[in-house]
Amino acid sequence: MKTYFTPTHEYLTVDSEGNGFVGITDYAQKALGNVVYVDMPEVGDEFSEGDDFGAIESVKAASDLIIPASGEVIEVNGALEDNPRLINEDAMANWIIKIRLTDPAELDSLMDLDAYMAYLASDPH
Amino acid sequence: MNNKLYDKLIFELSRQGRRGYSLPETAFPDAVGSIPENLLRKSEIGLPQVDELTVVRHYTNMSTNNFGVDTGFYPLGSCTMKYNPKINEEMAAAPVIAAMHPDQPARFSQGALAIYHSLASALAEIGGMAEFTLNPYAGAHGELTGLMLARAYHDSRGDKKRTKVIIPDSAHGTNPASAAVAGLKVVPVKSLPDGTVDVEALAPLLDDTVAAMMMTNPNTLGIFERQIPQIAKMVHDAGALLYYDGANLNPMLGIARPGDMGFDIMHINLHKTFSTPHGGGGPGSGPVGVRAGLEHLLPNPRVVKKDDGTYDIVSSPDSMGRVSSTLGNFAVQMRALSYILSLGSDGLMEAGGLATLNANYIKESLRDLYDLPVDTVCKHEFVFDGLKDKSTGVTTLNVAKRLLDYGFHAPTIYFPLLFHESLMIEPTETESLDTIDSFIAVMRDIAHEAAADPEMVKTAPHTTPVRRPDDTEAALHPRLTFDEL
Repeated sequence: MKTYFTPTHEYLTVDSEGNGFVGITDYAQKALGNVVYVDMPEVGDEFSEGDDFGAIESVKAASDLIIPASGEVIEVNGALEDNPRLINEDAMANWIIKIRLTDPAELDSLMDLDAYMAYLASDPH
Repeated sequence: MNNKLYDKLIFELSRQGRRGYSLPETAFPDAVGSIPENLLRKSEIGLPQVDELTVVRHYTNMSTNNFGVDTGFYPLGSCTMKYNPKINEEMAAAPVIAAMHPDQPARFSQGALAIYHSLASALAEIGGMAEFTLNPYAGAHGELTGLMLARAYHDSRGDKKRTKVIIPDSAHGTNPASAAVAGLKVVPVKSLPDGTVDVEALAPLLDDTVAAMMMTNPNTLGIFERQIPQIAKMVHDAGALLYYDGANLNPMLGIARPGDMGFDIMHINLHKTFSTPHGGGGPGSGPVGVRAGLEHLLPNPRVVKKDDGTYDIVSSPDSMGRVSSTLGNFAVQMRALSYILSLGSDGLMEAGGLATLNANYIKESLRDLYDLPVDTVCKHEFVFDGLKDKSTGVTTLNVAKRLLDYGFHAPTIYFPLLFHESLMIEPTETESLDTIDSFIAVMRDIAHEAAADPEMVKTAPHTTPVRRPDDTEAALHPRLTFDEL
């Protein structure tokens, strides 16, 4: 299992079978505040790297969800429909969608944890 | 005053069979029988059943919980909550104005058409535009009209491939919303650290698929965009139009004109810059102006002044079409014209300067205690990124709530999205030095309270009739009717 990060604060954790779990980072959930709605795609939807795959809405703002790498949605986290606050409780554990990666080479362009922490320290908005 | 009883919901005060009216026997007893069965109501209408005095006490008590610009200082950034002079109301309420019918023919409404034409001409002078329509019913409607005008312009040239609108990432949410409703795709452009548009990031976005670029100047951080002539040239070279969102026109009144900067289309929010009321969800008014060469596309109908000095209502086949059934919200137009004529050009030119002075005075008086992310001379408004001392855990939301205890309306919070703890303050020109000084003193007190007793600030407000609604729960499980309570 290895986790990758985007400049727009999504993460992608890749398991041993080459499937990816996509969610938002702890930094992102803190910045958003209490999450009240997660707009998720359907199983079977296909996205290319950088596409919007949904949106997340908090009491402060609504924000697009950007897919870190191309793939097909094979599962959505249904628990978030009833309880979107799970993302505030543990953003890294409560992934939003599970995807089958279609171009693993894209992972090379994403940040690893160290690079992401350095990126946060550089104070992006 | 028994607030405890009358501050309940009107539905909670309802008692079966109680009423405050009596109707005479119907003079048309057979009429009901002639209404088709499928149109007749089968269930109870569900209105509260209350006597007249209960209605009066309920709403009178409730009105005392209102906060408006007539009650106190209202530094709601981006909203330009200036005083709404009472003479505007007198003018709009005059029977010759208030009793008019929207379909009155032109020869019986010359005075009203003169008012429309005078206001449109004044706005054209202020905006540096060739002609204005006053027909759109609100600011967002004006934005939509403006973008539809941009589409109509490209269509009229046979250019069908322009489907994108470029919008800075600091823009008001209405910009992308209006673009989407107009059927255009939104392309965001980044801001520089000082909040102005990144011209280098803009260049690669401009091509022959771009219909327009929307800008607000001063932008939502209250910073004057200095690169407009260059941006205008780039946008025009790409064949697109430059759109001016008039949300922040106030500091520019009589000083700088969007038309002179190279903007092609603009809208104005009369309720901001021109002192018409904000309250009650309307009515609004969102006049739209265009540069020379685009007038023929303006919505139908238009008001024209004829050579003999009389006015007429005309429609043109070249127009983009209608955006409204009438010539707009006339009573709001009357208020705006009343404001313009009361101040005159000298007064209007003072307004923007004073609004700018007031904003900078507050900014400089609080910057030792609040975090100022963009440190420059602002225009009519500015943004703090929360308290300087972040160690107390007191957030912008808490500061805003605490202000209510002191009788001030909260500034705009968590907008723009460029910062995490945005606190956006716009005092306007209509506040006295005493009011502004007392606001500054309270903001300083709150900063000290946050250090000394953070828990007290985090649980504010303590004195308001409604304290802290659970906004997360309200958004998750909204209960929208009395039946759901």
